[in-house]
Amino acid sequence: MPSVSMTVNGKQVGGEVESRTLLVEFLRNQLGLTGTHVGCDTSQCGCCVVHVDGRSVKACTMLAVQAAGSQVTTIEGLARNGQLHPVQAAFREHHGLQCGFCTPGMIMSAVDLLQHNANPTEAEVREWLEGNLCRCTGYHNIVKAIMAAAADMSGHAKAAE
Amino acid sequence: MSERIVGGVHEARVHDSAHKHVTGAAVYVDDIPEPARTVQVHIGQSARAHARLVRMDLDAVRRAPGVVAVLTAADIPGVNDLSAVHAHDEPVFAVDKVMFAGQALFAVAAETRLQARRAAALAVVEYADLPPVLDTDTARAAGDLVWPIGRMQRGDAPAALARAPRRLQGRMTIGGQEHFYLEGMVALAVPGEDGDVLVHCSTQHPSEGQLLIAQVLGVPSHAVTVECRRMGGAFGGKETHANLFAAVAALVARATGRPAKCRLDRDDDMIMTGKRHDFTIDYEVGFDETGVIKAVAMDFASRCGWSADLSGPVNDRALFHADNCYFYENVRLACFPCRTNMVSATAFRGFGGPQGVVAAERVIEEVAFALGLDPLDVRKRNFYGRAERNLTPYHQAIEDNIIHELVEELERTSNYRARRDEIRAWNRTSRWQRRGLALTPVKFGISFTMTAYNQAGALLHVYRDGSIQLNHGGTEMGQGLYVKVAQVVAEELQVDIDRIRLTATNTSKVPNTSATAASSGSDLNGMAAQAAARTIKERLTAFAAARAQASAEEVVWLPGRIRVKGEEILFDKLVHDAYFARIQLSATGFYATPKIHWSREEGRGRPFYYYAYGAACSEVTVDTLTGEHRVDRVDILHDVGRSLNPAIDLGQVEGGFIQGMGWLTMEELWWDADGRLRTHAPSTYKIPCASDRPPVFNVRLMEGVANREPTIHRSKAVGEPPLMLAISVLHAISDAVASIADHKLPPRLDPPATPEKVLAAIERLRASDSGGAP
Ligand code: FES
Ligand code: FES
Repeated sequence: MPSVSMTVNGKQVGGEVESRTLLVEFLRNQLGLTGTHVGCDTSQCGCCVVHVDGRSVKACTMLAVQAAGSQVTTIEGLARNGQLHPVQAAFREHHGLQCGFCTPGMIMSAVDLLQHNANPTEAEVREWLEGNLCRCTGYHNIVKAIMAAAADMSGHAKAAE
Repeated sequence: MSERIVGGVHEARVHDSAHKHVTGAAVYVDDIPEPARTVQVHIGQSARAHARLVRMDLDAVRRAPGVVAVLTAADIPGVNDLSAVHAHDEPVFAVDKVMFAGQALFAVAAETRLQARRAAALAVVEYADLPPVLDTDTARAAGDLVWPIGRMQRGDAPAALARAPRRLQGRMTIGGQEHFYLEGMVALAVPGEDGDVLVHCSTQHPSEGQLLIAQVLGVPSHAVTVECRRMGGAFGGKETHANLFAAVAALVARATGRPAKCRLDRDDDMIMTGKRHDFTIDYEVGFDETGVIKAVAMDFASRCGWSADLSGPVNDRALFHADNCYFYENVRLACFPCRTNMVSATAFRGFGGPQGVVAAERVIEEVAFALGLDPLDVRKRNFYGRAERNLTPYHQAIEDNIIHELVEELERTSNYRARRDEIRAWNRTSRWQRRGLALTPVKFGISFTMTAYNQAGALLHVYRDGSIQLNHGGTEMGQGLYVKVAQVVAEELQVDIDRIRLTATNTSKVPNTSATAASSGSDLNGMAAQAAARTIKERLTAFAAARAQASAEEVVWLPGRIRVKGEEILFDKLVHDAYFARIQLSATGFYATPKIHWSREEGRGRPFYYYAYGAACSEVTVDTLTGEHRVDRVDILHDVGRSLNPAIDLGQVEGGFIQGMGWLTMEELWWDADGRLRTHAPSTYKIPCASDRPPVFNVRLMEGVANREPTIHRSKAVGEPPLMLAISVLHAISDAVASIADHKLPPRLDPPATPEKVLAAIERLRASDSGGAP
């Protein structure tokens, strides 16, 4: 079995994996990072989105060995020093969740969007989220949360200038 | 001291698990660390929809790498049946005969999931095919029903139809719906001593799971514990259909002595588990020239799949809602729950009610088109009266009718009339794009129609440090039940909500609970928890009064403290002292909904404690070249009584609406001629995504409408009713399509209004409008 090593949430990790092991299986089963969920097993629902080298990736689409040497961030690694990321805080405050199963993937996708487009329009947010399904919320509060997070983050960016 | 506790009732609180959800810390069943030596279970399925099982050779399965055990019907120590309604028609594993493609034949337990799946594929199964029954007409002709015909009538419908100045009849079909909870079915069974088993399961009904697992294992219920902390969505799909996977995991645990997990992948989940019932409805309506309905007759036939499951009550609920908000002077309704060789249709948000309401709205549309009236005017003309014309087809008088004022308010705030004129004018100038507008109401009856289910229990402990632990029979599927019930207890005991910890729903804490369903979760469990809290409060009051030589009335409960004879005592201190005075600080609470009763045989009773109301106004644009549509604007006004938590309730309204919109406009289940479901993944089954949400979405809760009945803090149930608000989208599409023939011909658009169906309706109207064949 090949061994892989990568950096997950800032920590160097490694292990033996089958070459067919998916990144999501490695994260969940070997590292115990169960915040990354499996909703469809077929790269369609977006529950399993994580960041690989800063970009959002469906972790059920990628083999663990493909992520070797990469920097991986999961939902568990988003908060810094006990401080929620503004997108996490916004999802909580604006009720962008019900059952919560889609939430980690939604948040990881949204964070990636805001990295590339700090001030998206509502339409851009909705289009970006087309690969993330939610069956509970009707997306209303999810979009609201992301818009609020964008405003919050660019406010902070301005304040820091 | 603060004058208001944090987290009391009527406060917009975030979901109790919100913090855990945004950090990935919330634990679903599949996230529980697997105990050592856990085996993974895969279920071998029938490849045929209807056949005799000639031979099943599992030798190769047993010999496959990693396989620990292979179980069939012969390995069931108890009863091979999972029927929740005692119809005895739902074997865990098929014997002699298969009834649908996807039916469980056997289970394989292996060291890994992949090994189990691969091994299952090695089974050699020989079938002798029988013709599959896949439609209601065939099933009805053969008299093959999963549940007896249900009927409701009032007045003399045939005579009134014959007398009516105008009379129309038609047939419509309504599609089913896959739940598509994001977390698929999953169960983890851990064997204990003395044949005990603990099953962690994503289920809406732990108590029923417990009962059925015990029956399958041949042990008393006390040997089985079922626990569920949360589900990643359920929507009715995990009311009975979670039981199979829980029972199989338990069987494997029992047979191997090892913990066993059964998690379905998405395709298996969609193939093996039930969906919303589809219906074929034959309707006849008699009315006068002003659009007042004189008589209605409707036959509802549904494809219930291979077993009874909950289809009886689901079909009944379709009849209970075939009136929606309208008074039928004379009415005759019947339902025919048909057996078909498909997966058993089951509970899904609304439980048949939405199909009844869709049919009622079709009838209204027919009347409006026949008379050239605005459908909204026909609706209003037929609304139930407040004190007269208020008897339902099941002889319950409607005592809490607020639909008149609710619709009037929405008509005004959505600017319905002016927009309708503007849209009509716009359509005359637009060649390919057509816009449509519709405002539809909803009335939904609250209570389980099976009267016995309307009960709930709770267990409340106050510990010596003043912290509180609460358990109740309701399950959390995202609807915010836990936070609402915690708010009720916080209010009752006048403590901040952080002091209260709700623990996972567990059959060993509160026994004999009902499914969390029928929108009744907070109505029932809120009352039970309140009762438990009241008992504690009474004991503490009596203790404080006795100690201060005061009367109980002199003890005043204030936020975080009590006052007695001028002295204020903090809750912590009170609890501490009460412990040393040997006051019992643990209590159970119980609630049974009053007033309700129902006789199916007579078609008569008061099945519903009260009704919830709502209305929505939707505007769409239809591309008449492709049949595609876009929802441009939605205005909703919905009644939740005095909301326990407005933030949670708004979320239910928004989410329910979008889910209903998916059902009625885009989600299409498709079985092939051999009875195999061909839409079993998100690649072929489309649920709404973020861009389907209307750009203008004004959602409001109706104000100043406390529940007339003494429900928990005068709130109303909210889980299911909002789904039916989406019927306004279906009718807005119809309105746009109708413009093709200048609103002279009814489009009779059957949901789901997929582009194909819309295009077909457009073509039909074009052909008949230009004088061609209708
Ligand atoms: S599990 Fe990866 S996209 Fe659905
Ligand atoms: S919150 Fe349940 S799927 Fe999104």
